[in-house]
Amino acid sequence: MKSPFIVSSSVGRKFVMSLSGAFLVLFFTFHAAMNVVAVISADAYNWICAVLGANWYALVATLMLAGGVVLHILYGIWLTLQNRKARGRERYAVSVNPPGVHWSSKNMLVLGFVVLCGLCVHLVHFWSKMQLVEVMGQHVNSLGLNPQDGAALIEYTFSKWYNVLIYLVWFAAIWLHLNHGIWSMFQSSGINNQTWLPRLKRLSNAWTTLVVLMFALVVIVFFIKSLI
Amino acid sequence: MATDKLISKVPAGPLENKWSAHKAAIKVVSPANKRKLDIIVIGTGLGGGAAAAALGELGYNVKVFCISDSPRRAHSIAAQGGINAAKNYQNDNDSVFRLFYDTIKGGDYRAREANVYRLAEVSNLIIDQCVAQGVPFAREYGGLLDNRSFGGAQVSRTFYARGQTGQQLLLGAYAALNRAVGKGWVKSYPRHEMLDLVVEDGEARGIIARNLATGDIERFGAHAVVIASGGYGNVFFLSTNAMNSNGSAAFQCYKKGAWFANPCFTQIHPTCIPVHGDQQSKLTLMSESLRNDGRIWVPKKMEDVKAIRSGAKKASDIEEKDRDYYLERRYPAFGNLVPRDVASRAAKERCDAGFGVNETGLAVFLDFKTAIERLGVDVIRARYGNLFQMYEKITDVDPYKEPMMIYPAVHYTMGGLWVDYNLETTVPGLYAIGEANFSDHGANRLGASALMQGLADGYFVLPYTIGDYLSKKIQAPKVSTDTPAFEEAEKAIREKIEKLFAIKGTHTVDEFHKKLGNVMWEDVGMARSKESLERAIVQIAQLRKDFWKDVYVPGENGEFNQEVEKALRLVDVLELGELMARDGLNRNESCGGHFRLEYQTPEGETLRDDKHYAYVAVWEYKGLDQTPEMHKEELEFEVAHPSQRNYKD
Amino acid sequence: MENKLMNLTLKVWRQKDAKSKGGFETYQVEGISPDTSFLEMLDILNNKLIHEDGQPVAFDKGCKGPFAFDHDCREGICGMCSLYINGEAHGPDSEITTCQLHMRKFKDGDTITIEPWRSAAFPVIRDLVVERGAFDKILQAGGFVSVNTGGVPDANSIPIPRDDAEESMDAAACIGCGACVATCKNGSAMLFVSARVSSLALLPQGKVEGARRAKAMVAKMDELGFGNCTNTQACQMECPKGISIGHIARLNREFLCAKFKD
Repeated sequence: MKSPFIVSSSVGRKFVMSLSGAFLVLFFTFHAAMNVVAVISADAYNWICAVLGANWYALVATLMLAGGVVLHILYGIWLTLQNRKARGRERYAVSVNPPGVHWSSKNMLVLGFVVLCGLCVHLVHFWSKMQLVEVMGQHVNSLGLNPQDGAALIEYTFSKWYNVLIYLVWFAAIWLHLNHGIWSMFQSSGINNQTWLPRLKRLSNAWTTLVVLMFALVVIVFFIKSLI
Repeated sequence: MATDKLISKVPAGPLENKWSAHKAAIKVVSPANKRKLDIIVIGTGLGGGAAAAALGELGYNVKVFCISDSPRRAHSIAAQGGINAAKNYQNDNDSVFRLFYDTIKGGDYRAREANVYRLAEVSNLIIDQCVAQGVPFAREYGGLLDNRSFGGAQVSRTFYARGQTGQQLLLGAYAALNRAVGKGWVKSYPRHEMLDLVVEDGEARGIIARNLATGDIERFGAHAVVIASGGYGNVFFLSTNAMNSNGSAAFQCYKKGAWFANPCFTQIHPTCIPVHGDQQSKLTLMSESLRNDGRIWVPKKMEDVKAIRSGAKKASDIEEKDRDYYLERRYPAFGNLVPRDVASRAAKERCDAGFGVNETGLAVFLDFKTAIERLGVDVIRARYGNLFQMYEKITDVDPYKEPMMIYPAVHYTMGGLWVDYNLETTVPGLYAIGEANFSDHGANRLGASALMQGLADGYFVLPYTIGDYLSKKIQAPKVSTDTPAFEEAEKAIREKIEKLFAIKGTHTVDEFHKKLGNVMWEDVGMARSKESLERAIVQIAQLRKDFWKDVYVPGENGEFNQEVEKALRLVDVLELGELMARDGLNRNESCGGHFRLEYQTPEGETLRDDKHYAYVAVWEYKGLDQTPEMHKEELEFEVAHPSQRNYKD
Repeated sequence: MENKLMNLTLKVWRQKDAKSKGGFETYQVEGISPDTSFLEMLDILNNKLIHEDGQPVAFDKGCKGPFAFDHDCREGICGMCSLYINGEAHGPDSEITTCQLHMRKFKDGDTITIEPWRSAAFPVIRDLVVERGAFDKILQAGGFVSVNTGGVPDANSIPIPRDDAEESMDAAACIGCGACVATCKNGSAMLFVSARVSSLALLPQGKVEGARRAKAMVAKMDELGFGNCTNTQACQMECPKGISIGHIARLNREFLCAKFKD
């Protein structure tokens, strides 16, 4: 049997990257918006945490999300391996990066890896102490906190300066990865042309900056709070 | 001397009915039989590419050869300005007859009437075909095709795709060829160079080719061979032809019995970037379409000329009243749009008089100041942007601010293998199309007509006429390449190559080529005389001797070796140059691109001698270092009666 | 115009054939005018190397004699010339081919590194010459309008909006040189393929078999071992004809729409 185009064709594979990427971008956006609530009101934030606890819809969404991440990573690695092979064995002795080519666009796998590492840290910090605890049927996490008290967890995590640093580096990687990724997903799925290319790039930039600023805001605000 | 070999096969009857009558009279081959017949096509430019595709579509087995890594590199790609057709889309009273008449007149009445008329007739089909293939011609806002005017015509009949018309037409033909290759109708042999024609029982049977990537010498057999390898402008070393373009394939046919017509008719293109130094290897053409809006001039005063040469003044510093727009002055009716030969000679005349504007004194200005004032920079950029960019990249001068400098350069060769109305040479089964034949442009080709001829021959003439010959071959078996004729041809080639390597002299191939180029440009160039031509014949013969004694070809044959490629081509070219000089010497008149100093009017225009030279000079090879024999095909003008070309009023 | 002659050091990739291992050789060229084109400079060097080859004494190098490089029209249109010069396809200037590069872009005393296109789909044949037949094969798979010669409608029977024709022409300007593939870190041919697909997709004549064309050409491109496009845009930056990656988006659209219809 012929394999479907999302496996067999380069354009199809890129479409999978773009679709799974789009899914992750939406998740990031939602997550960032949710986080900002914590700055405004701890109760409101905890109410959201409760809604997104161990409910069936939250679990399904989590699984889908995990699936999206795995697909994105696997395809990313696969594509990179293919691309290295297509480059040939002999490498250029001298190579200049042409102007207009962003460093991030050529290093999406590296950036993606940094993002993934950050994600693991983040899962240990938060998910393992919240949704996972609930799934296991327990009512208190390793820090002795209620798994639905996200606000307290945030407060605890970002009182540590090294966590703040790790998260800010992570956000920088996310910014670079998404900044190329967002317009790229339009491009790869064919929703682009010469006129829209610069517009989509600006959109990409604005969106990424907004999302990353929202994330960073929470971290910085809670760190400063912990100092005073 | 009349000869039974030079039968033009032009049918009787009125001019406008000849092609239809001929098509009705010639034989066709049935689809079942076409499958059994093999055709070799040499070259993949507009002629060869179109012919291979069209013949493949018809059902013949086609093998197509090109020397580049891809058929798309053929030099037709470099044609910039456009392609003529008698569509009369502009309602300016154009017609097939007018295109025919302009072409005959532009060719200074040295082309065969029936061929030229047929060319004009099928010109319209070409545009239709190209549009159907997806060639993005320039269009008006209403969505219909746009036209521009061109030298030698008073109507706008030139279709164009920016300054890349040749490229777009070639990509159209190349696409048709790709389709045919993809379908298995045509087999493509890139990086293969034809080194000899194989003739058996007086008929073309195939070729010997060298695989340029490996150096292998290979044999290919076929029922007919089509030469579409272009012209021989590289005889001059410096020309606007591509570095690899060469007249070798056609010349090999000449040596195998195909007669060569009008070799002295070479076209010097008026708008090229001037030579900058003695290490140059290629001249760059700027499209003739620039003359639509550009005005050509030199300073009136010698002190301004000196000031410009020394850098004390810039061209834009010279006031209007001190500029000599010499084409507008001499030819009020056509102005800057006179035919190429006229424009080239006028530039030479000014430079010879000492008014040349660069350090070498061999350049004139082509100025867009008036056009930019009239139309605005944007319009000029839209029309010629890529040409202006090209000029700036090469010369480092911005033509939007300062006028371009131009000078004539060798561009096209009207002469070529003699062919009859069927495009068949004097060797049965051997055909020549496009620039490789002599048939349509007489002594001078009009701008935007080369593309027209290549595609006309390839798409709409040869696919019909070749059937007339092949219909006699339907019983013939596959051509075997294990015959004494192939054996002998291959052996001769191998010996020639071994001999070249064995010389181990002290000069490179290019050094000999440059010497030949110098002789050709000085003595067989824009202005020739009995004396210069006789001198050239002696010098070329000497050069040939020196070459065979003193050339150094590095490396070996069994590898990718660009030096041996060049050496093999130069071997032919060293003989071809002499043939050109002989032909020029024979033609005691001036016509079109052939300007003999002894034959000019008091105003310095060409002086034709219709009484004695209204014929095609056709040369028969008689052996190495033997004087070739000249035969005549008399030209009869039933419709377009020769008159002195007049572009003044 | 200043006309100071230049002396340069050239590091040139030498490789006997596809199977052999290659390496750099260093050469000196002297007295080069800034108005000389890059390829003329190579001609000058090669001429010198041929003379040195003629005298085998004192020339003890792995690869003797002139080096091979592809070139033809020297007007920037045939697409034959290639060369990766100082880390850039077609050298340090924008929207030109190597044959249009002039020595005024370099300084006296510069060292210039010249490499062939490097991509798995473009094997080196010799020295700086690569085999680009893969491009022909992609076009043979579908880069055409399936019309036979003759029997087509009048050229003006289908009006085409001027802007569409112009955009089609932008894409059709591709010269098939391979700079996009050479520059792309993924060895992807998407800019080349998209230029052809897009050019024809913009015209009514080409639309008819647009879906079939996009599928066939992408399939052939993948089969021949070109990489996947990751939108770095290096191709459009190095394209001598300035072809935009907007055409790649159109190819993606054509291809995906065609596949979803299947």
